[in-house]
Amino acid sequence: MTRDEALFEFCLRMGDSTLVLGHRVSEWCGHAPVLEEDIALANTALDLIGQTQLWLGLAGEVEGKGRDADQLAFLRDAWDFRNLLLTEVPNGDFGRTLMRQFLFDAWHSVYLARLLKSSDKRIADIAEKASKEVAYHLERSADTVVALGDGTEESHQRMEAALAYLWPYVGEMFAGDAVDAAMAEAGIAPDPAGLREEYDALVGRVLAEATLEMPESRFAHKGGRNGAMHTEHLGHILTQMQWLQRAYPGASW
Amino acid sequence: MYAQMIKTAGTGVKSPEEMTEEERKFQARVDANEKIEPKDWMPDDYRATLIRQIGQHAHSEIVGQLPEGNWITRAPTLERKAILLAKVQDEAGHGLYLYCAAETLGVSRDELTEDLLSGKMKYSSIFNYPTLTWADIGAVGWLVDGAAIMNQVPLQRTSFGPYSRAMIRICKEESFHQRQGYDIMMKMARGTEAQKRMAQDAINRLWYPSLMMFGPSDKESVHSGQSMAWRIKINTNDELRQKFVDQTVPQAEYLGLTIPDENLKWNEERGHYDFSEPDWKEFFDVLKGNGPCNTDRLTARQEAWSDGKWVRDAMLAHARKKAAAKVAAE
Repeated sequence: MTRDEALFEFCLRMGDSTLVLGHRVSEWCGHAPVLEEDIALANTALDLIGQTQLWLGLAGEVEGKGRDADQLAFLRDAWDFRNLLLTEVPNGDFGRTLMRQFLFDAWHSVYLARLLKSSDKRIADIAEKASKEVAYHLERSADTVVALGDGTEESHQRMEAALAYLWPYVGEMFAGDAVDAAMAEAGIAPDPAGLREEYDALVGRVLAEATLEMPESRFAHKGGRNGAMHTEHLGHILTQMQWLQRAYPGASW
Repeated sequence: MYAQMIKTAGTGVKSPEEMTEEERKFQARVDANEKIEPKDWMPDDYRATLIRQIGQHAHSEIVGQLPEGNWITRAPTLERKAILLAKVQDEAGHGLYLYCAAETLGVSRDELTEDLLSGKMKYSSIFNYPTLTWADIGAVGWLVDGAAIMNQVPLQRTSFGPYSRAMIRICKEESFHQRQGYDIMMKMARGTEAQKRMAQDAINRLWYPSLMMFGPSDKESVHSGQSMAWRIKINTNDELRQKFVDQTVPQAEYLGLTIPDENLKWNEERGHYDFSEPDWKEFFDVLKGNGPCNTDRLTARQEAWSDGKWVRDAMLAHARKKAAAKVAAE
């Protein structure tokens, strides 16, 4: 694997995660529990899609085969996607959606903070823009997790169930491989395994305030970041997302 | 127009002799183009009518998220997806300003929401039509937002301060949405045969429902006269509809699309286009709940509200616990 091949993979991992999560969050449009949440969810989805344009745009540039962000988003099949599995699981109830958002935002904020110092300026620039947005995402998702965990007996139970469902998807964020090693060696991105402690501390603080217990199990579903095995859900997401581009090839929109 | 068929409270326009002293003073302020603010004295019927009108407008913004939200996950490019998300987020924001404006009149957002969900209050008939192809997203921006702007631009000068200020903000965003909608239509109309077909199909289905947005002719309506005297209605429905047709026909021609009306032609003498009225029977059917999407739209809102109850309860409970802890600490 050349350095540019690894860099291409790295950009896909970032961009596919924001794309797929942005898609999931946007499914809430018009259905949130209160108007302010509708606005906040749309805003989060919008930020994530904006970040996707940057990451996949860079991926296309690094690949050098003339593919732009749209071609990467709309014309690859599931096995070529490199998003975290966490981002593709179904929304469930509002509690699960916000717990998923929090678990992602916490990782995203820790990871982006490292990318600010990337040896590749293009990556540092994207991280600079994205980290401002993600700081707000994290503040909001953490506050919501705390409110719903602490709120009522019913909300507490729902958040416990959400955490139990989502926790096995957390470990994948920290499972490094050859791509990560190449990125770390070039000073482009950190070794993900080294971020676990900071992540656990951050997540642990918020869960404690939410009166929720952090699961002990370290079991992790994997296969999204390297494309080895996605969940069944991704295919359905792509069926919807890519429909127009697939049905009317070559059209300009 | 996002508020349609608003029944004006009261018995019609009163002569100065029929008015009380307070009513005369109030009318004089309205006539002098002064803004009425929430704490000022106002006739009960003025207040009641504004609650209906602003409430219906707010509900339209909220329900209006659904037909457009229907295409967010299928938007054809990342840029189009981002633009549509931003637009739908704006609509929700408009709902928020408008509910706030209504709250200054003494009605809560929850009360208005309950009235929407029970069917007691309405939202614009247009949102009971489906968005079937991507061109519909263009046509909604171009025609539906275009029609809304026709009504809302004059309402920036309405007599009630909070409503007027909400309209000023909303109009800025709506005209942006309309341009984005037209931009989608341009791409479609200049695109492949299939895209052109989608664009024409969208205008075929959405043209008459857009004309219906202004409501039936209100020339003879006494109620409408009262709303105009209070300056919460600035133009008649027919004036606005004519203005909309006059503006839209050249835009359709530029796109190379055909407006589905055989009687549409320029009338030199009037200086306006002549055009066919929409099918008002269909309009009243839609208002009664028999439009293509009424049941789905209302069910979606009811489910969002009932499924979200535990979230609202929990947030309230948490806020109370926090407040109590703060008091205890002091």
